[in-house]
Amino acid sequence: MALLEIRNLNAGIAGKHILKGINLSINAGEVHAIMGPNGSGKSTLSQVLAGRKTFNVISGEVTYNGKNLLELEPEERAHEGIFLAFQYPVEIPGVNNTYFLKAAYNEIRKHRGEPELDAMDFLALVKEKMKLLHLEQDLLNRPLNEGFSGGEKKRNEIFQMAVLDPKLAILDETDSGLDIDALRDVADGVNKLRRPDNAALVITHYQRLLNYVVPDFVHVLLNGCIVKSGGKELALELEEKGYDWLACQPCL
Amino acid sequence: MTTTTQQSKPAPADNAQAHLAAFDTFEKGGARRFPAWVNELRRAGISRFTALGFPTRRLEDWKYTNVAPISQLPFKPAVNPMPVALSAADLARFAFAGLDGSRLVFVNGHFVPGLSAISKLSVGVKLGSLAAAMSSDGDIVKQHLGRYASATDHAFRALNVAFFADGAFIYVPKGVVVEEPIHLLFVAVAGEDGTAAHPRNLIVAEAGSRLKVVESYVSVGSAAGFTNAVTEIAVGEGANVEHCKFQDESLGAFHVATIQSSLARNSRFTSHSISVGAQIARHDINAVMTGEGVECVLNGLYVASGSQLVDHHMVVDHAQPRCASHEFFHGILGGKSRGVFNGKIFVRPGAQQTDAKQTNRNLLLTDDATVDTKPQLEIFADDVKCMHGATVGRLDEDAIFYLRSRGIPHNAARRMLTQAFASNILARIGIEPVRKQLDEFLQSHLDAEIRAVEG
Ligand SMILES: Nc1ncnc2c1ncn2[C@@H]1O[C@H](COP(=O)(O)OP(=O)(O)OP(=O)(O)O)[C@@H](O)[C@H]1O
Ligand SMILES: [Mg+2]
Repeated sequence: MALLEIRNLNAGIAGKHILKGINLSINAGEVHAIMGPNGSGKSTLSQVLAGRKTFNVISGEVTYNGKNLLELEPEERAHEGIFLAFQYPVEIPGVNNTYFLKAAYNEIRKHRGEPELDAMDFLALVKEKMKLLHLEQDLLNRPLNEGFSGGEKKRNEIFQMAVLDPKLAILDETDSGLDIDALRDVADGVNKLRRPDNAALVITHYQRLLNYVVPDFVHVLLNGCIVKSGGKELALELEEKGYDWLACQPCL
Repeated sequence: MTTTTQQSKPAPADNAQAHLAAFDTFEKGGARRFPAWVNELRRAGISRFTALGFPTRRLEDWKYTNVAPISQLPFKPAVNPMPVALSAADLARFAFAGLDGSRLVFVNGHFVPGLSAISKLSVGVKLGSLAAAMSSDGDIVKQHLGRYASATDHAFRALNVAFFADGAFIYVPKGVVVEEPIHLLFVAVAGEDGTAAHPRNLIVAEAGSRLKVVESYVSVGSAAGFTNAVTEIAVGEGANVEHCKFQDESLGAFHVATIQSSLARNSRFTSHSISVGAQIARHDINAVMTGEGVECVLNGLYVASGSQLVDHHMVVDHAQPRCASHEFFHGILGGKSRGVFNGKIFVRPGAQQTDAKQTNRNLLLTDDATVDTKPQLEIFADDVKCMHGATVGRLDEDAIFYLRSRGIPHNAARRMLTQAFASNILARIGIEPVRKQLDEFLQSHLDAEIRAVEG
């Protein structure tokens, strides 16, 4: 059974129909990439999967790890191992980055029936992951994302991912706005997470990232439909030809 | 900005008559223990009060705060000390119980030596009951008492002058630094509705001195008691005073208070007003710059729920040039509670290079909570920098979702964000143990608040 199974998903916002019958199946151990032009619905899909209620699901089913995902609250999805790296991480003044992450981490452990980690042990974990992401200590002591540069915010997302160790990571344009070093760090972070028992859905505009995080499948999202799926070579083809040649394809 | 308009009802029959009668009794009895000059002040106070009557909502300064519930209370001024049935252990549950430094305890406005502890003070520092100081340090008291907080246009201050019996007296001589914060704890023990305490505090920090004072107000019991306090603070040239007030009286209580400061040349005054208790809480926080180069910071945090009303009125009077004032107030309003914020900034003619900044941000936790916020700038000089801003909003849904998407439950996320909003003000408190205790207090207080909203 697939880890994530999306069947004929239709969703929208404020009367606007955005996702128009998405079908997607992701098995444990796989990395899937989604590419597509601006406004095609990539972030909408990721937000719906993470449980954002401002988007309403019109029809369709999403099964995750044998559960009806659409019935779960956002925090329950996180407890079950879903992680969304936001395209635009929110700045939260007054909430300390480390304090927040420790709270999140312990909530997830609580859900798994594991004892909460104390401050010392958590700090050790954080130190280890920080090194991996080349994150400045200073960012950890600051309010969550407040005043972070674009790249720092993205690094912080992947840092959180590394700490929370999700089963299904959804990366919404995490590579956008990153310099080459940051891109490599982010890719490292994702690759380190690659295990037979978990999966990633990587949304990107650039083939570049996929040189580092080599996907098993590439899907093209166009106007709310997945119009083409293929192997990693599809990304190269898109890089070369753009999306125009796919414009008339019906939903798969 | 949300504005509530309500029909103004005909002024209810208050019991100003009862106040007059109570004064008569007091004057002929208990008041005789005070020096004649004090009782003269009292007489001026009661006649001012009689002339003014309780404020009605027709007065601009009371537009959003209807004091009828106070004026209609039976009036039982606690003018004479009563035997106190409280032990030190009873006080342990109140905030700042474990604070190092001196603590003066007042029950219904009367100093209770048995519950107080005065640690070793630097030479010349005076700390104790104002009633006692009126005799022992009559000259100093006379020089300052009633000189700053005007009763002319404020009925409650007039009432305080008429009925005050005691309060704290703090005097720091020239150049002396008092390291540890001094804690003034006011316990309202309202055996019956209308028990009224009129604490009167006088704080004098002479030139170049430093002082930190914490004033906290709590209740025992849930009767509709009334606290009507006035604190006068004279900050001398180049002196530095930090004052933190914490109001956590019972939800049955009424709390009206003025903190009036007079700030001499190059002095620095920082005030924090944390208000969470009482059915109606009205705070007047006024500062006058009497010399150049003053830095005055007024911070505030009010938290209300149920049917509470919390009102902050500020007047910052830039009477002299080259002074800076900053006001930062945050409000967190749940239930059907109401918040009022009115910040008046005067820049007098000639007060050039004034730098005045005022921010009031409000977080509404429910649809039924409201706030009326109003800046009032009256500027009579041309080379000034004045900034003000007020916001009224809800918790940021994007932020809530972000936290939830990481596994933090909905309520915990809301609490975290609300706490962050409160911390923005608490973080400005320079008395570290006080800030820490308030932070912890707020954490559990907001927790309850958030749970209530969910239900
Ligand atoms: N809150 C909203 N209100 C109205 N329309 C919205 C809202 N959010 C998204 N949309 C619309 O839904 C469509 C899909 O948006 P979405 O953010 O999913 O695109 P995307 O594929 O992620 O684009 P990009 O590559 O620019 O990030 C767009 O037309 C967008 O304007
Ligand atoms: Mg997007």
